[in-house]
Amino acid sequence: MSDTATTPETGARQPGRGEPLMEVRDLVKHFPLTSGIIFQRKVGAVQAVDGVSFDVMRGETLGLVGESGCGKSTTARLLLRLMDATSGSIRFEGQEISDLSGERLKTLRQDMQMIFQDPYSSLNPRKTVGTIIGEPFAIQGMHTGEGERKKTVQELMDTVGLNPEHYNRYPHEFSGGQRQRIGVARALALKPKLIIADEPVSALDVSIQAQVLNLLRQLQRDLGITLVFIAHDLSVVRHMCDRVAVMYLGRIVEMASSEELYAHPRMPYTGALMSAVPVADPRLAAEKKRQVLAGDVPSPTNPPKACRFHTRCWKAQEICRTEDPPLEVKEGGNVAACHFPLTDAEVAERVPTFRARKG
Amino acid sequence: MALLEIDNLSVHFETDDGIVKAVDGISYTVDRGQTLGIVGESGSGKSVSSLTVMGLSRSRNARISGSIKFDGKELLTSSDDELRKIRGNDIAMIFQDPLSSLHPFYKVGAQIVEAVRTHRNVSKQQAYDRAIEMLGLVGIPEPRKRAESYPHEFSGGMRQRAMIAMALANDPKLLIADEPTTALDVTVQAQILELIERLQSEFDTAVVVITHDLGVVAEMADEIAVMYAGRIVEHAKTDTIFAGPEHPYTWGLLSSIPKLDSPRDEELVPIAGRPPSLINLPGGCSFHPRCPYVKPAHMKTDPTLEPVPGSDGHKVACLLAHETRQKLWRELREGTAPVEARADVMQDAPPPEAIEALEETEGRPAPTTVEEQPS
Repeated sequence: MSDTATTPETGARQPGRGEPLMEVRDLVKHFPLTSGIIFQRKVGAVQAVDGVSFDVMRGETLGLVGESGCGKSTTARLLLRLMDATSGSIRFEGQEISDLSGERLKTLRQDMQMIFQDPYSSLNPRKTVGTIIGEPFAIQGMHTGEGERKKTVQELMDTVGLNPEHYNRYPHEFSGGQRQRIGVARALALKPKLIIADEPVSALDVSIQAQVLNLLRQLQRDLGITLVFIAHDLSVVRHMCDRVAVMYLGRIVEMASSEELYAHPRMPYTGALMSAVPVADPRLAAEKKRQVLAGDVPSPTNPPKACRFHTRCWKAQEICRTEDPPLEVKEGGNVAACHFPLTDAEVAERVPTFRARKG
Repeated sequence: MALLEIDNLSVHFETDDGIVKAVDGISYTVDRGQTLGIVGESGSGKSVSSLTVMGLSRSRNARISGSIKFDGKELLTSSDDELRKIRGNDIAMIFQDPLSSLHPFYKVGAQIVEAVRTHRNVSKQQAYDRAIEMLGLVGIPEPRKRAESYPHEFSGGMRQRAMIAMALANDPKLLIADEPTTALDVTVQAQILELIERLQSEFDTAVVVITHDLGVVAEMADEIAVMYAGRIVEHAKTDTIFAGPEHPYTWGLLSSIPKLDSPRDEELVPIAGRPPSLINLPGGCSFHPRCPYVKPAHMKTDPTLEPVPGSDGHKVACLLAHETRQKLWRELREGTAPVEARADVMQDAPPPEAIEALEETEGRPAPTTVEEQPS
């Protein structure tokens, strides 16, 4: 279902495409809400992730987008087993990993790494850069010789554009962009197959942001790493990702290749997201009609019945309140969960990227 | 007469490490009903300059000079009492982080009442009615009920709207919005931008919006001032900034953001290095260590903000010749890399020291780190 059409451009980017590296089925994470002090009763649950299924293809960049609280970061943590899922299955290279523990989980972690959002709080201020980047080796018991580990770490520093001579410096001696490079080097240390980047550039200034984005793209090209890229900046996501999954209240509501998604979003929520992005081009900005969604995201403790977006959707009708729309292929190849997908005319009016399809 | 006239404003802070030149001689004007966007990286002085307009940077170690005229009245020499009458009344400010700008112990309604009663001689009931009216105006559902809520019971977007309600409660003539949407989701951001635009057209308020997001200013601002290292390096109408920018720093900003309508495989062109320390500004043009088009003379001469010939209201501080800049931008817009554009247009090899300087800033961790998180 998630295996949507690949465009020539994305298909040519990596060999071995079309084969899933990770398969996620019906992934659910509910955080229990309890009341009472000694005898804690379960009174409800925050449905952070509620039945998410997708594949991550080898060598691709999959984007996860959505508003805060839609469950994208929780999904990332579930994929890496930093958190245990309530139910559902995660297969990595064909192997079920949702019930792994101990040594086997530790071995698995060599293949999956994470880059965090905040380069200020994700690096231990008391450790030198060399120790931080070498930490994965210490945990996995690799490159135990002192000289050998230093050499490997310095090679990594060179790969991500840090001066290897700064091996003994502390994180506070580096700027934000350089710190994020340290985070990237640490994630690369064990030569993982999959890297999950959770908002890797949102704490950085625009000029620095471009440096880190270029680095990630170049590393992916050179090393063939599969990337799951979480961000809320839709122009960054378009630039980075081959395929994009849009999440709303714990569910995937639309999934398509970048080109298709930005050219003709089908789910009204995706359309509203794209219409809301400020465009750094006054002419384009003047042309489009900004679609403003009223209100806030409903609480994930008690999400709306049936289609979860119906409370804010301008196209909602009776069926949207009673029947949950299935995630299925819509016109243009997008996979979307919607009873009344957007038509091309509606997209053209709201979405500044629509004309990219004709051009 | 312009509503706000800032002339040669400098704000320097004396610290143990030296003098921080946060704002170093900037001038701009804002008319009634007009929106000015101030863009720049963190540490470029964009926030300090507007805090100074509000009289909020008056600390013991601050050295402020120049002139800020609001409605013809000089603010820099005004007493604290006089400023207090203007602040929150004629000039209001929206801050980036609504959670830390609202008092956690007081109900939202009561905080707006306080803002109203500080400046107007009205009864508590009248002020409370005004608070509810404002909450309704900014689109908070059931304003009468929500006025009795505490800030932590509001979502991020609602808090930001409550702060806008408070800022606008006294019908200010000038609204300063410091990164008004940076902490918000795009959907909420669209709501807030729409709200500011609507209120502006209704009340003819002048708006100064400070941001690092070029998309936000492209949609909101009439004019844009680009700041770098405490100075305005380029100032022009919004369309001109995006269609015919003249400063290499503006070019750098524009080519480092991914565009929604360009091919996806296009490479971003980041600006090399990072913003200088405001204590030790590089000599000459302060952008020269990061500028791909630097010439030896640029390291000695400090450029001033001068009008661009043939472009109305367009000013730039750059030592390159106007024709050279136009040719360079034409090449860059076609997607030429800066180094090649330089080779094509300037027909000289880059001076070796310049390249060394560039590499040095790239790899060198500065002892005094300028905060890089979007401020």
